[in-house]
Amino acid sequence: MTQSVIDIRNISVGFTGKSGATLPVLRNIDLSVAEGESIGIVGESGSGKSTLALAAMGYLKRGLRLLDGSVVFRGQDMFSRTRPELEKIRGGELALIPQNSGQSLTPTLRIGAQLIEALRLHSSVPASDHVAKATELLGQVRLPDPKAIMSRFPHELSGGQQQRVALAMALAGEPHALLLDEPTTGLDVTTQAHILELLRDIARERGMAMVYVSHDLGAIARVCNRVVVMYAGEVILKGTTRQVLKAPVHPYARGLLASIPRLADHHLPVALDGRPPAPGGAGNGCSFVDRCALAQDRCRSERPDLAGLPSGELVRCFFYEQAEQLALAGNGAVPIQIAADGVPALQLDDLSISYHQPGLLDKFLGRSEAHVATVDDIDVTVQRGETLGLVGESGSGKSTILKSVAGLLPPAGGNITVAGGEALAPNVESRPPDHLRRIQMIFQNPDDSLNPRHTVAELLEQPLRLYFGLAGQALHDRSVEILDRVRLGGHYLDRLPSQLSGGEKQRIAIARAFAADPDLVLCDEVTSALDVSVQAAVLDLLNELKEKQGTTYVFVSHDLAVVKALSDRVAVLYQGRLCEVGPSDQVYATPSHPYTEVLLGAVLEPDPDTAPTLAADDVVELSPPAQGCPFQRRCPRKIGAICDTEIPPWHEGSDGHAIRCHLGIDELAAVQATQAAE
Amino acid sequence: MTSIPSVPNQNTRLARFLLVLRDVMARPSGAIGLALVFAHLILALISPMIVPYDYKAMNSAMMLTGPEATHWLGTDHLGRDVFTRVLLGGREALLVTGIATPIAVTWGGFVGIFFGLVGGRIDEVMMRVVDAFLSLPWILKMLVLIVTFGTGIEVLIPTLAFFYGVPVIRIARAATHDVVARDFVSAARARGHGRMTIIRRELLPNVLDTLMVEGAMRWSWMLLAFSSLSFLGFGVSPPTPDWGLMIADARGFMSFAPWGVLGPVIALSSLIIGINLTADALAKALGIDRAQKAPV
Amino acid sequence: MLRMLLRRLFLGAVTVAIVSVIIFSGVELLPGDSCTAFLEREAKGKLLENCREAQGLNRGPVERYVDWAASAVQGDLGVSANGQKSITELVGNRLKNSLLLAACSLALGVPLAIFLGVVTGLWRDRPIDLTLSTLAIFAMTIPEFVSATLLILLFSIWLGWLPGIVLTPAHAPASEFFPEILLPVLVLTMVMTAHILRMVRSSVIEVMAGDYVQMATLKGVPYWRIVFRHALPNALLPAINVVALTIAWLLGGVVVIEVVFNYPGLGRMMIDSISDRDLPVVQAIALIVATVYVGVNLSADLLTMIANPRLRTLHMRRQ
Repeated sequence: MTQSVIDIRNISVGFTGKSGATLPVLRNIDLSVAEGESIGIVGESGSGKSTLALAAMGYLKRGLRLLDGSVVFRGQDMFSRTRPELEKIRGGELALIPQNSGQSLTPTLRIGAQLIEALRLHSSVPASDHVAKATELLGQVRLPDPKAIMSRFPHELSGGQQQRVALAMALAGEPHALLLDEPTTGLDVTTQAHILELLRDIARERGMAMVYVSHDLGAIARVCNRVVVMYAGEVILKGTTRQVLKAPVHPYARGLLASIPRLADHHLPVALDGRPPAPGGAGNGCSFVDRCALAQDRCRSERPDLAGLPSGELVRCFFYEQAEQLALAGNGAVPIQIAADGVPALQLDDLSISYHQPGLLDKFLGRSEAHVATVDDIDVTVQRGETLGLVGESGSGKSTILKSVAGLLPPAGGNITVAGGEALAPNVESRPPDHLRRIQMIFQNPDDSLNPRHTVAELLEQPLRLYFGLAGQALHDRSVEILDRVRLGGHYLDRLPSQLSGGEKQRIAIARAFAADPDLVLCDEVTSALDVSVQAAVLDLLNELKEKQGTTYVFVSHDLAVVKALSDRVAVLYQGRLCEVGPSDQVYATPSHPYTEVLLGAVLEPDPDTAPTLAADDVVELSPPAQGCPFQRRCPRKIGAICDTEIPPWHEGSDGHAIRCHLGIDELAAVQATQAAE
Repeated sequence: MTSIPSVPNQNTRLARFLLVLRDVMARPSGAIGLALVFAHLILALISPMIVPYDYKAMNSAMMLTGPEATHWLGTDHLGRDVFTRVLLGGREALLVTGIATPIAVTWGGFVGIFFGLVGGRIDEVMMRVVDAFLSLPWILKMLVLIVTFGTGIEVLIPTLAFFYGVPVIRIARAATHDVVARDFVSAARARGHGRMTIIRRELLPNVLDTLMVEGAMRWSWMLLAFSSLSFLGFGVSPPTPDWGLMIADARGFMSFAPWGVLGPVIALSSLIIGINLTADALAKALGIDRAQKAPV
Repeated sequence: MLRMLLRRLFLGAVTVAIVSVIIFSGVELLPGDSCTAFLEREAKGKLLENCREAQGLNRGPVERYVDWAASAVQGDLGVSANGQKSITELVGNRLKNSLLLAACSLALGVPLAIFLGVVTGLWRDRPIDLTLSTLAIFAMTIPEFVSATLLILLFSIWLGWLPGIVLTPAHAPASEFFPEILLPVLVLTMVMTAHILRMVRSSVIEVMAGDYVQMATLKGVPYWRIVFRHALPNALLPAINVVALTIAWLLGGVVVIEVVFNYPGLGRMMIDSISDRDLPVVQAIALIVATVYVGVNLSADLLTMIANPRLRTLHMRRQ
C-alpha cells in the first residue's frame, strides 16, 4: 500500500446551535489520500464537503469547532500545530484552490505581487528570480501573455483566468497535495473543460495528490480516481470513480445519478423527493431514511456503519444489495410535446437590445459613438404549446431577451408579437392588463424573486387580486388550489420564504406565475440556483404544468443537458446573436454550427468513459465584434476574411433547422465528419 | 384576513415586531438604552405633578446655594430650585423632537424611496439638490429661519422636520436602490403593478428597517440641535426651563458653583445616550450596520 | 480617468451652483434686506431708497444673483451691511483661524482614530474593544457643549492646567493661539475620533471576515502580513470619505464649540452676522462652507478611486 499524504481520522466538526446544543456538520469521517491519488468528494449543498476540505488544512470557519478525531498531513497532526508551523504547511506542501478565486484574491494587490508573495513564503527560489519564476508559473497554467497578467489586478481578469492564477499560486509552493473546493463552479462550460484538462495534466506531471470537492459529478468523473459521496455530514459511499458513477450501491448515490439530466437522452431526470436533515436532525437512524425507497424500520432506529464490500467499496446502508433495483437513469418521464398547432405564441422580429445609454455629459459635449448592440438581429418564432430552449454562455444575452419580452428592458429595435398577431408594447407600463397576465416570468433565484417580507399567501395574492379581482374566501380557496398544483399544501400559506427550502421557494415562484393562468411562461435559469436532485423535481413540475395547462415556455439555461431534457426546439446564442435554431433532437444530434459544436463538446457527462473535446480557445469576449460573424475570434472552422467582414447568411435545413454560418449545413457536416475520421 | 390558520401563524407584523423588541432587550445596550428612554418619557409626562417647587419662583435670599436637604441640586443664580427645573427641562425638547422626528422620517423616507424607484435623470438632479442642502451647516439653516420667524414650537417643529428630513432622503434612496435591484421588484413590475403598489408592497417593507434605525438617530441629533440652539440662546425662551439653556446660564458661575451644570448635563446626556444605545441595539437586531454610515 | 475627473468636477460645480441659488433665494425670501438691518428704525422713505440704490438693491433678483455669483467666482464676496467693509477681508482671518483649529484636530484625531479603529476591529469583542467602543458611543453622543463644559470644569477650573477661554484676537498669528486652542481641539478630537473609530472598526471586521483574508490564511501568509498587506489597504478605503465629512464639519459645523471657547473662527462670525442680520456676510460664509463641503467630498471620491484599483478600472471601462 502506498503511503498516505492526508489522513483524516474519525473527524467530527460541529457548532453550537441557538438552543445551546452541539450540532454536528461532519460526523466520524475517515479519509486517506495516497501519494499522487486524486479523490473526489461529492455532495449537495449542506453535505459538509467544503468544511471537510478546509478541515484537511487544519482550518475551521468561525463558529465551527473540532469535536473529535484528527487530521494528519505527512505525519503532522494539523489541529495541534502552532500557527507558524501551519503557515509553513499551508500554501506550501498543502495548497488550496478556492471556489471563487475572484473573491479570494486580494483586490488591492497586483497578480504579480501576490504570486511573488507565495514564492517568498513557500519556495527556495532566490528573491532575484521571483519575477521570472512567477511569469513562468503563469505560463504553466496556460495563461496567454503572462508578463501582462503580472501587472493586472484580480478584477481585471475573467473568472477562468482568476482560477488559473489561483492554481499558479498554489503551484508556487510545489505542493504534495492540492485541495480544490468547487474550483469550476460558476464558470462557463468551455472554460470549465479547459481548467479541468489543465488540472489533470498538471497533477499527472507533478504526481500531486488532489482532493476535489464538487457537486458536479461530471467534473469529478473527469479528474478523480476515487470518489467519496457525502450526505448530511457523513460519508455514505466510497469507491473507485467507475464503481460510484456506473453502479453505485447506495440508494442516495443512485438517486443522485438518476436526477442528473443527460445530453444523450430526451428524458426528464428522475426527481429525488425530500431534503436532507438539518445539522443535528438526523436522529438515531440512517440520515437518508426519509427519502429512501428501500427504508425499513431498522433504518429508523439504527445508524448503519460504513461497511466494506468485497469489491473494495465502502457503503453506509443496511440494504445495499437491493440498491441495484433502483433506476439509475433514463427512465424518467419523456417530456410531453403538445402538438404545436402552428399558431405562433411568441414572435421576435429583428429584435435588438442595447444597454448603452448616452450620458448627460456625452450629450452636453455632443459626443455620440457608434455602439454595438448587446443583442441584435434576433428572429425567432415559438409555436403555441412548444418549449423553446435558449442556450448560450454567460454574456450571450439569453436573459436579456427574456427581460425584453417581459417588458422590463425596452428593445432598441424590432417587434415582439404574441398570439393573435398582437404587438407587445416595449414597456411593461404601457401594456394592457390582458397582455400582462398572459406573459409571466420565473426568475433564477427564488431568494431574490420572492419578497422576504411577504408570506406565501401574500405572494400568491398579488396576481390573483390584480388579474382576477379575487378576495376573501375565493382568494383563499384559489391560493390553496394553486399550492396543491405545485405539490405544496395549504399549510404553506402562512410561511415566509426564509422558512422554506430552496426547492419549495422555487415552487412558490412557479405557483405565483401560474396563478395568472398565463399562455407564455418565461423561465430564466430557473434551476441553476438549486441542487441537482431538487432541479429534477422542478423540471418535472414544469413539465406537468405544461401538460395540464398547455402553456408555452421559453426556457433559458446555460446547462445544455437541462435544456435538452425539456425543450422541443433550441436556439443557440453567442454574443447576443443567434447561431443556430432548430428542433432540439437535430441540434443536439448533429451539431452544425461551429459554436454549437464547441459548446456541446465541452459538456462533461457523469461518466468516466467520456471525454470532452476542446475545439476552441478559452477566451472571454467582452463585446461582440463590430462587423462580421460574432464567433469569428474563436471559431475552429473559420474560412477566411469573409468571416471578419460579412454577417453570415442563414442556411435552412429540414424541420425549421437553420444555422447562421458562411459554410452551409452540408459543408459543415462534411468538415466535421472528415475531422472525426482523422 | 383571508387566511385560515392551519398552523399557528407566527409571521404577522406584530409577531415580528415583538421578536425584534425581544432581541433589542436581550442586548445590554438595548436594555439600558430603552430603560433610559422610557424613564425620560415617563418623567416628562408626570414631572409637572411631582416637582417640589414652582420652576419660575425666584428667591433672592437663596442664590447659587449648593445641594442641600431642601434643594437637592441647589439653586440657580436667580434662586430657583435646580432639581425642579431639571425635571421639567426636557419636556419642550421631547415634545418638539417627538413630533418633528416622525414627520422628518416620513417625508424624507417617502421622497427617497420614490426617487430611488424612479431613478434616471430626475433622480440625479434631485440628489444634487439634496447634496446642496447638506453642504450648508445645519445651524446656519436653522438660525436664519429662527431669527426671522421666532423660536416658538410652531416654528421649531416644521423647521426641524424639514431640515432633518433631507438627509433621510439620501439614506432611503440608497436603501431603495439595493431593493430595486432585486428580482422581486422586477417581478412586480412585470406583473403590471403600479408604482404606488410597488412602493407600498415591495419597497417599503424592506426599507422600513433602515428607516426605523435612521429615525432613532435623527431623533438624537434633533435633540442635540434643539439643546444646542437653547444653549446658544436661540431656542426656548426664559423662564421656561430647558437643559441647554440651564447649562448656558450655569456655565457663567461654574468657577464657584460647579454643581449647577451637573444636573442638566446628566439629564441631557442620559437621554441622548439612551436613544443612541437603543438605536445601536436596534440596528444590530435588524442586521443593519450603523457604524458604516457617515454622520451627516 | 480624465473623463471621470471632468465628470466629477462638472457635477461638483453643478452642486455649488445649486447651493448658491438656495443661499441667494433663501436670503431673498426673508423679510427685510441689508438696508433695513443697517438703518434699523430709520429704515423708511427717502433714506431707505437711497441706501437701496447705493447698494443696488432695487434691481431685479435675477440680475442681483448673477452679479453676486459672478463677483464671488472672482473672489469678491461683496461688502458687509454694517460698516461696508470688504467681506473677503473680514472672512479671511476667520477662515485662517478655522483652518488652524481643523488642522490641529485632524492631526491629532485621524491617526488616533485609525489606530484605535484597527485595534478594536482586530480584537473584536475583547475587553479592549468593548471598553473603547463604549467610550466612543459616549464621546460621540454627548452634546459638544456638554463635553466642552465638563472639560473646562476639569482642566481649567479644577486642575488649572489649561485656559478655558480664548482671548487672542482674530487677526493674531497662528502661534499666539497656543495654548488657548488646546481645549477646543481636545473636544473636537474626541467627537471625530469616535466617529472615525467606529467606521474603521466595522470596516476592519468586515474585511477580516472576507474571502481573501481567509484565503491568505490558507495560503500560509503570516497574520501580521495579512493585516498590513491584504486587509488594511482595503479596510481603510472607506475612511477617506468619513475623514472628508469630518473636515467639512470642522470648517462649518463647530459653531457651538467656537462660542463656548470664544474662538474667533468662521462659526462664530456666522452666528454673529445672523444675529446682526448682516445678510451679505451670511451669504458669503454659507457659500464658502458649502464650497468646502463639495470640494472635500469630491477630493475624497477621487482619492478613493485612485486608491481602489477596482473602482479605477470600473470607471475607465464605463466611460
